[in-house]
Amino acid sequence: MELGAIASFTKMGVVSIFRPPYKKSITRRQMDEIGAGSLPIVTLTGLFMGLVLALQGIVELRNIGATSYIGRAIGTTVIRELGPVLSSMMVAARAGSAIAAELASMAIGEQIDAFRAEGSDPIKKLVEPRLVACTLMMPVLTVICDFIAFFGGWIIACQIVQITSFFYWDSLFEVLTPAFIWGGLVKSVTFGFLIGAVACYSGMSTSFGSSGVGQATTRSVVISSISILAVDFLLTKIFIITWW
Amino acid sequence: MAIPVIELRDVTLDYGSEVVVDRVNLAVKRGETKVILGPSGVGKSTILKAILGLLKPKAGEVIIHGTPISKLPERELVKMRLRMAMVFQSGALFDSMTVGENVSFRLREHAMAGEEEIERRVHEVLTFVGMHGAVRLSPAQLSGGMKKRVAIARALAPDPEVFLFDEPTTGLDPINLFNIEQLVLKLKQRQNTSLVIVTHDVESAERLADSIVILHGGKFIFEGTPEELKKNSDKRVRAFLDPGASQWGGANNV
Repeated sequence: MELGAIASFTKMGVVSIFRPPYKKSITRRQMDEIGAGSLPIVTLTGLFMGLVLALQGIVELRNIGATSYIGRAIGTTVIRELGPVLSSMMVAARAGSAIAAELASMAIGEQIDAFRAEGSDPIKKLVEPRLVACTLMMPVLTVICDFIAFFGGWIIACQIVQITSFFYWDSLFEVLTPAFIWGGLVKSVTFGFLIGAVACYSGMSTSFGSSGVGQATTRSVVISSISILAVDFLLTKIFIITWW
Repeated sequence: MAIPVIELRDVTLDYGSEVVVDRVNLAVKRGETKVILGPSGVGKSTILKAILGLLKPKAGEVIIHGTPISKLPERELVKMRLRMAMVFQSGALFDSMTVGENVSFRLREHAMAGEEEIERRVHEVLTFVGMHGAVRLSPAQLSGGMKKRVAIARALAPDPEVFLFDEPTTGLDPINLFNIEQLVLKLKQRQNTSLVIVTHDVESAERLADSIVILHGGKFIFEGTPEELKKNSDKRVRAFLDPGASQWGGANNV
């Protein structure tokens, strides 16, 4: 039932995106809050993802004498799967929850009703800029996360395990094909859109006092995370059949 | 006979399976101040939201300026809303904006005037409510009484024909209560301005109202002038006015 409500709410948001006037300044502010605000956490996620992947990968590859392929393993895993998924999870936890809490506070404080009472459209004013900002900033953050993860992998592979930088980067760039790059970007755009839609819905549908803010925040993170994982599976299946 | 500015015909309002207002009728004439009185949580604010078209009735019709609004497309509904202004219980000021931006919101949003005229109007209405120095403050810097005064200024800025007040004096200290009541009385003096005030404060209602309705159990159990209210002998009405020995309140029932 909630999925139906989210779908119908999202449809209103999407329709609003294609209907002028455009709230450019609010959207820019949201892009700054979501993008710049999530950058530290996404950077750290990328770094530790790269470090751990390299450690785990080298242990396995050493058994078969193929440690020089570590760049390839990291490149494939990060760009196709872990980069978009983990960075999106972090953005859902940081920016999605903030959006849900902000809109929930506004709903409880009757500000959403006040927008409508003033003849304004809260979907246009509040939902559209956040939806657009999440959708546009997520691929940017994913690309940054991916490169930091590559760098993290390089630290372990080249500085600790003594694989040459040339081998590492050469094997890594081998897998950065347009199909993989575009696949990763399509995933991150989709996840960004999902995060924005779920966070806005969770916030604006709040109606139970101050405890509702906490519930909206939790609901936003849980639904976003599950949706990201489910949609990731679906997109991966589609990409394997078509592009990859 | 003049058409009422606001009319409710057999209106039923619900939240899911719970009916909060059951087939009520109400008419507000031009220039009239109608007070909807009743204990907290009986659906008084819900009626205001229905009048604004924020809530669709389960049954019946809300008629504004002679036009039934339940089937109006959103664009027409917005036009209708722009002829009214609501002061919410909490003030509902937009906390991402300054006081000045809040007050000028509708004027700018709907390009109702040029920038110079908007500035002048903002100054004028903030002066009217005694908040002329607060134009650059954010709502977080204001007290409860100040928020209500700014909310009144925001309602006043576009010069609407109808004001809807949701519990304007609730939670205020006696000085702020007096100030807000004086503001409402000043609004009453404006020609052709209709006010609908929702409150549970009987004394405030008697001071402000031209006519009063009492909502109880989803129905209006009284309609008349403040003088008629004082003389009314209906048990339920007396119980609300004098709750000491009633089913509506009092320590005896705890």
